[in-house]
Amino acid sequence: MTIADLYSMMPLIVIAMAPVVMMIVISVLRNYEVIYGFSVLAFIVAFASLFFTGSFLPRSIESLLIVDVYSLFFLGIIIASALLVTILSHDYIGTFGGVKEEYFLALFTSTLGASLLAVAGHFVIFFLGLELLSVSLYILVAFQRSKDTSVEAGIKYLLLASVSSAFLLFGMALIYTGTGTMQFAGVASLLKGSDAMAGFVSVGFSMMMVGIGFKLALVPFHMWTPDVYQGAPAPVSAYIATVSKGAVMAVLIRFFFDIRGYDSRFFFVVISALAILSMFIGNLLALKQQNIKRLLAYSSIANMGYLLVLLLTGTDKGIQAAVFYLISYFVTTIGAFGVITLLSTSREETEKIDDYRGLFWTRPWAALVLTLSMLSLAGIPFTAGFIAKFYLILEGMKAGLMLLIIVMIINSVIGLYYYLRVITSMFTPGDDAGLPAISLNGNMALVLITLGILILGIYPGWLINIITRLVSL
Amino acid sequence: MILAYLILILLAGSLLALLTGRKGNLWPRVISVAAVSLDLVLLIIFSSRVSGTDGKWLMDLQLEWIPRFGISLHLALDGLSLVMVLLTLFLGIISVVISWKEINSRVGFFHFNLLLILAGIIGVFLSLDLFLFYFFWEMMLVPMYFMIGIWGHENRTAASYKFFLYTQASGLLMFIAILALVFVHESTSGTLTFDYVQLLGLEIPAAKELLIMSGFLAAFLVKLPVVPLHNWLPDAHSQAPTAGSVILAALLLKTGAYGLIRFVVPLFPSASAAFAPVGMGLGVIGILYGAKLAFAQTDLKRLVAYTSVSHMGFVILGVFAFNVIAYQGVVMQMIAHAISTGALFILAGQLYERIHTRDMDQMGGLWEKTPVMGAIGMIFSLASLGLPGLANFVAELLTLLGTFKASVLMASLACLGLVAATIYSLRIVQKVFFGKMNHEWEIADLNLREKIVSAVLVVLVVALGLFPRPVLNLAGPAIIKTLDSHPAQLTGLPDSGKSAGNGKTASFNQLSGMFKKH
Repeated sequence: MTIADLYSMMPLIVIAMAPVVMMIVISVLRNYEVIYGFSVLAFIVAFASLFFTGSFLPRSIESLLIVDVYSLFFLGIIIASALLVTILSHDYIGTFGGVKEEYFLALFTSTLGASLLAVAGHFVIFFLGLELLSVSLYILVAFQRSKDTSVEAGIKYLLLASVSSAFLLFGMALIYTGTGTMQFAGVASLLKGSDAMAGFVSVGFSMMMVGIGFKLALVPFHMWTPDVYQGAPAPVSAYIATVSKGAVMAVLIRFFFDIRGYDSRFFFVVISALAILSMFIGNLLALKQQNIKRLLAYSSIANMGYLLVLLLTGTDKGIQAAVFYLISYFVTTIGAFGVITLLSTSREETEKIDDYRGLFWTRPWAALVLTLSMLSLAGIPFTAGFIAKFYLILEGMKAGLMLLIIVMIINSVIGLYYYLRVITSMFTPGDDAGLPAISLNGNMALVLITLGILILGIYPGWLINIITRLVSL
Repeated sequence: MILAYLILILLAGSLLALLTGRKGNLWPRVISVAAVSLDLVLLIIFSSRVSGTDGKWLMDLQLEWIPRFGISLHLALDGLSLVMVLLTLFLGIISVVISWKEINSRVGFFHFNLLLILAGIIGVFLSLDLFLFYFFWEMMLVPMYFMIGIWGHENRTAASYKFFLYTQASGLLMFIAILALVFVHESTSGTLTFDYVQLLGLEIPAAKELLIMSGFLAAFLVKLPVVPLHNWLPDAHSQAPTAGSVILAALLLKTGAYGLIRFVVPLFPSASAAFAPVGMGLGVIGILYGAKLAFAQTDLKRLVAYTSVSHMGFVILGVFAFNVIAYQGVVMQMIAHAISTGALFILAGQLYERIHTRDMDQMGGLWEKTPVMGAIGMIFSLASLGLPGLANFVAELLTLLGTFKASVLMASLACLGLVAATIYSLRIVQKVFFGKMNHEWEIADLNLREKIVSAVLVVLVVALGLFPRPVLNLAGPAIIKTLDSHPAQLTGLPDSGKSAGNGKTASFNQLSGMFKKH
């Protein structure tokens, strides 16, 4: 390992060091504001170090990590989202009685896991990152120890994630048996030329897809999603919906493209089936939900289904569209959960759609952000979601995936119905049910999110230029 | 730049209206009138400076937007879009004025939505980039959904959903078609572009052309609407507040008609020619079925909504007749229908404000109490049935004349629609203003504000009925250009083809001459 290798790992090092420092600080001085301030600072430093890293790329470190522009982009998305979640968590976790400083600690370790996934080039790192992410999430999901739903969600997540990890490990082992290597590139080069997609590799990959499918909440591995989203603290739900899924998507895209899975008929059918099922089941089950967190859970299932379409394009352009889609989806989802978080306290969450009645007139600003988020999820112009969907459909059609695109269009219309339900509820007359006031801190985050949704929706050219110039595998 | 300013002024106005809404109800109203009037003045000043008789764009503006995908902010104005934008701005002012007393809650947000819709509609009329066009097309939906859902009548929620889902679903089909068209262009020319001018004249394989065109048709025929796809319209129109109904009927429906003329006919010449018999058939069905349903209604607003279905039948009939006279009729129909139906919705709104019902069985004998309102209602009912001397007559006459050249059968069937129109229009007057009084309403006649609005509309409908030439002259070159080299003109339909194809300009002049004599 050279000094340049260390430099290129700078963001990871910052994220890994931060929880260590925090542990020491907590043992000396247990102060919520100090820990919070330090977390925000550490995330900002980690984000800033990405720009510094740029000149050492691309770099493969000990054949375990691959730090290239692609991973750097995902690191940036992950860190920025984690930062937003941190800011949104401040007031919510602040109302939590009892020891609460460790919340931010777990946020850092899970972000470290997510970051490892983004740079993984080897099964070992893949598994290490995933476990680090999962274990931290068990803590975060069950963080409200006094609430039954939170503990229930934590246990559910723990059990199912363990099972899915077992599948993943077994799949990796099978692929190792078939190819004799655990490096993505090694697996890829052994598969090239030979028709070895059959046998161990096919079964192994299918097993791995079970594990990955669980993390991405693809149908039929989605059962945990609504319960966990509902039971977890709102900011943690936001985190699971964005950072956790985005990181797994990053490693899935890299692996899938390395082994050129889109060329294999078998993988093509598997991924298409998962995509179509996720879109339909996700959207149909969302229609009747009365709880906005469950609704967003089902919506996220459908959104991951949309993203899988790009996996099958097999082009750099497809990846670029996926990166744009993820950025837009992250901003939007954090926006929706952000409003929920800021209007909730850790004692009582504002989670029924009916709780939002009259929000337009009592809290116009929060209602605006939630409306924009819903419109963006539905893909209506002026919002990031519109451009993202356009980009996705464009690349999907170009790759000739007409069936998937048509399924997606049908689903967009189904999806529109339940997004509209949330908006309609907000302008249906109702009274202010004593929702908490939003602090300056929370408002800042909402302003950032609103700007993000609008800028990406109205003038996305610059970001698309950056992505198309830099992102490729 | 003036074209971009037209939209930006409305957007700025909408934000300002939203923000000043807290200060009082007067501010948003004044700001809205000011913004729309400013637009109108600017447009009149600048469009009178340029002359475009040769069918070129009067104004053209192209700015970079998303160069990676060949998407630009391309706005342009020709005679046809100028007529439509003028109509939009004019009815925009009317909409604000008629809401002055009707809308008393969330006034700021109401005008925010109203101006956004207007901005979207103007964007649709000006866009020459297909992506931008779709952007504006979708942009109208959300504020309209708010307008119906917040300020509408008793079944507003269901109506707003229906409106949104119908338009969004059909819009997405158009979106896919736009992309397919762009890809066909990319595969032949190698450049990815959404620009209308570059996509014109593209050779598309016949089967593909029909498929792509049907995507566009889906969006436009739902908006227009054509009979099997009209289901959203009566609900949306009857549940919306008055201004919403006026904008829906007078402007939103016209975006569908405009889309047919601007996009479907020039982009898919042979497919649209092949579709012509079906299109005209749908038009006739719409005319007759809409009229029949209108006759069966007791809800005044629903009745007027169904007359729109009938009147829009003439539009699609004329569009697929492919000759200049029919197209002139279509343009006139768009304007005449906008004014007369808008006026009838305003009347229904004024009645509702006074007696809080839209049920015509409850009304009757109102002439005694409100003679001015009765007279206005009478004039617009007569306009709606196509009385000579009023704008609708010119429109329907020209459309039928043009259609007759293309298909005698269709024209004859469509003529039956005029009879049906007479029945339902007179029924409005009969049930509302004449007959026996069912209730002892104590109601006031129109006040000054309402009188001014109605008077302006009456003057317009009469003026355009007697002197339609300015409109025909304005839209003429654009229409000739659209039909230029259209295959249905030269070969497609019997008889009509030759005369209209070779003597396009001649027939246009002849037409102008016909109205000069008045």
